[in-house]
Amino acid sequence: MSEHHLDARRLLCPMPVIKTQNKVSDLNVGDILHVACTDPGVLSDIPAWARINGHEVISQQENEDEIIITVRVGS
Amino acid sequence: MANKHKAIALISGGLDSLLAVRVLQEQGIEVEGINFYTGFCVEGHTHAIRNNDRDKQKRNNALWAAEQLGIKLHIVDVIEEYKDVLLNPKHGYGANMNPCLDCKVFMVSKAVEWVKENHKNGFDFIITGEVIGQRPMSQRKQTMPIIAKESGADDILLRPLCAKNLPATKPELEGWVDREKLYDFSGRNRKPQMALAKEFGFTDYASPAGGCCFLTDKNYSDKLVDLWEGRGSREYEMDDIMLLKVGRHVRPKPEFKLIIARDAGESKFLEGYRKQFITIQVTSHNGPLTLIDGDIKADDLEMAAGIVARYGQGRDAEQVEVEIAIPGEEKQQRQIKPLSVEAVLKEWHV
Repeated sequence: MSEHHLDARRLLCPMPVIKTQNKVSDLNVGDILHVACTDPGVLSDIPAWARINGHEVISQQENEDEIIITVRVGS
Repeated sequence: MANKHKAIALISGGLDSLLAVRVLQEQGIEVEGINFYTGFCVEGHTHAIRNNDRDKQKRNNALWAAEQLGIKLHIVDVIEEYKDVLLNPKHGYGANMNPCLDCKVFMVSKAVEWVKENHKNGFDFIITGEVIGQRPMSQRKQTMPIIAKESGADDILLRPLCAKNLPATKPELEGWVDREKLYDFSGRNRKPQMALAKEFGFTDYASPAGGCCFLTDKNYSDKLVDLWEGRGSREYEMDDIMLLKVGRHVRPKPEFKLIIARDAGESKFLEGYRKQFITIQVTSHNGPLTLIDGDIKADDLEMAAGIVARYGQGRDAEQVEVEIAIPGEEKQQRQIKPLSVEAVLKEWHV
């Protein structure tokens, strides 16, 4: 298991989802990915993407100017 | 009963593709979805930017549809490839800058590529939610075979909602799909789809009036053409097409335009462009952040600042203080008289 970071700040949905999807395709089951975003649309889009594709959102942190979504890669 | 053949479905997030997938799922076909992001897709961008829409649900309809259907969804970034579709459409444009027929051919051709790459995993054919007569440019009886032929899909392209109005495709002829259980919808009347949605238990589906693409919108298309004319070139980047969705666009001279935020949400969004553009903002009163797109002469900065001031709360003041920020230079503070409503000419508004 390894941890990874993805910068998706200033991107508008669905680009953060696409970047997350493409990054996850290079990771292994159980890996953790922290995605930094600014578009509030990711709060619904990344969890929806994770649910339908078998991944798990394990945390969502909203700071003043940034949202960090952490995904555990599924099979 | 499980069917060993699999289909990839073009998912826009609208009702038709939702139904097309469910119709095949009813026959035991395993389906996965594919959604192409051109940069012009309506989705949630404007919601993300504007304050007024903050209360609206910001869901991505393609993801939502996939979740309702219980299928995987592959979202593909085609922004760069799509430029050629928009700039050189073989079949021309619709009422605005929408190259709908070329767009559909392009998307189906991308799905053909996907099927070839995933054939080993059992994917045999493509489905779409197209309905004959639904759209004036791309969804007509004459255009259905054009899409199948020019995309390279030929007889592996199945339209479950209007299949009975079309020649049988390979999935039907081979018996992978029961043609009798497909549909014969046609025309712009949405009642048959709504009835089928009810039958399947879908209630909260998306039904955007102009489709899911900004290019079908007249105001957006006008701004795109203005951008090209202002630059003397039809080149564009992702930032350009995003900025066309944001703010009030005012072009007082051919060589530059102002992009004036309409609310705090848009001002916040435009903040991210400060390093790339000259910005003007009233500092003595509340007012919108404004970007200058194009080549502005030093002599024109005052006039531009006067326009910006007209849209702030100091619009009736004798003078307001503005900050002009040119990337890489010291910020300038100036005292400016806001332009009157009449002085900001109607023809300047893009």
